[in-house]
Amino acid sequence: MKNLIKELTRGIFKENPTFGLVLGLCPTLAVSTSVINAIGMGAAATFVLICSNIIVSSVRKFIPDRIRLPAFIVIIATFVTMCELILKAYFPVLNASLGIFVPLIVVNCIILARAEAFASKNPILPSLFDGLGMGIGFSLGLCTIATIRELMGAGSIAGIKIIPKAETITLMILAPGALLTLGLLIGITNLIRRKKGGKNIGKGGCCG
Amino acid sequence: MDVGKILAIAISMVFINNFILSKFLGLCPFLGVSKETKSATSMGLAVIFVMTCSAIITWLLYYFLLIPFNVEYLRTIVFILVIAAFVQFIEMVIRKNSPALYRSLGIYLPLITTNCAVLGVTILNIDNFFPSGQAVKWGFAYSVFQAFFAGIGFLLALILMSGIRERLQFADTPRSMRGVAIAFVVASLMSLAFMGFNGFRF
Repeated sequence: MKNLIKELTRGIFKENPTFGLVLGLCPTLAVSTSVINAIGMGAAATFVLICSNIIVSSVRKFIPDRIRLPAFIVIIATFVTMCELILKAYFPVLNASLGIFVPLIVVNCIILARAEAFASKNPILPSLFDGLGMGIGFSLGLCTIATIRELMGAGSIAGIKIIPKAETITLMILAPGALLTLGLLIGITNLIRRKKGGKNIGKGGCCG
Repeated sequence: MDVGKILAIAISMVFINNFILSKFLGLCPFLGVSKETKSATSMGLAVIFVMTCSAIITWLLYYFLLIPFNVEYLRTIVFILVIAAFVQFIEMVIRKNSPALYRSLGIYLPLITTNCAVLGVTILNIDNFFPSGQAVKWGFAYSVFQAFFAGIGFLLALILMSGIRERLQFADTPRSMRGVAIAFVVASLMSLAFMGFNGFRF
């Protein structure tokens, strides 16, 4: 049990996908214009992460090593398609505002990275908790950025008005605001890490 | 075929809706391979090539396979598999036939499979040029041009960024901001500059 909790909390704090691993940035930046969108995206990604981790971990002994990546992608794409259909049927408004980033969960690097680095080497239960922890960590990272951007850009949090319209900075909900917020937040994370004797976050992104 | 429409697609994809700076597609290679101009250029060219070819293949598949069988909802699975297989195939061909080209482009090819810009442009093509499930007239040509110019926009942003980052190496930035953090702030300023193109109307 103690181990399971460790798997769960690792994704939330130490290896937080957004601020610790710097993975899955494209959806993070694109859908963080409002907190509602961020929660929707976070929930969708968490669903896919948990399901794909469970399936990958349960078939890990049957998949030949050489074709494992295509196999993982097919598993992930299946759940993303399910997610797309569910969103289209029950949450059409959310689906419209997330746009092409729903199908693009397939190429969200966190999901493939967890399948490859964790689920393909561990039993089902720890993989489930790893997926859940990473999903929550991703959602929290998204919500942090979304809260800052929505508050400064639209003057509200999750649709509730807080700052009058005249005082807002519209730039924050546009593209430059997203990049600026993430850059400064990573800077703050670096500051905290260096205070603790660590190093700056290395190069970001899933590749290169 | 409407030349004006193609021009509109070109300007929209390269400047107004630049994939990296306004749509946030393909940020990973944007940060990963923008440290020097030479590798940025190679990566950009590889992306243009893969994007254009993927657009051709996925349009044909969607039109001749998914629509007749009424399985449009399978597009995500089909597209990502086709792109992955195609990239693998291209890598093998280039490695066999042209070692020089492989050395300059080949190492970037495997990374492109997980580049959301490629899958993004194919899905965008379907959304734009199959409104209500039917292909628009000349939709195929528009799709290919859209993918090609999205790639050009990607290359442009990548080259600009790499030029800035090469000089940024010598700048005295605060220690916590070094690396990824300052790269994001720079990207934010570039994005701000690209927003200036928003005023164009067609």
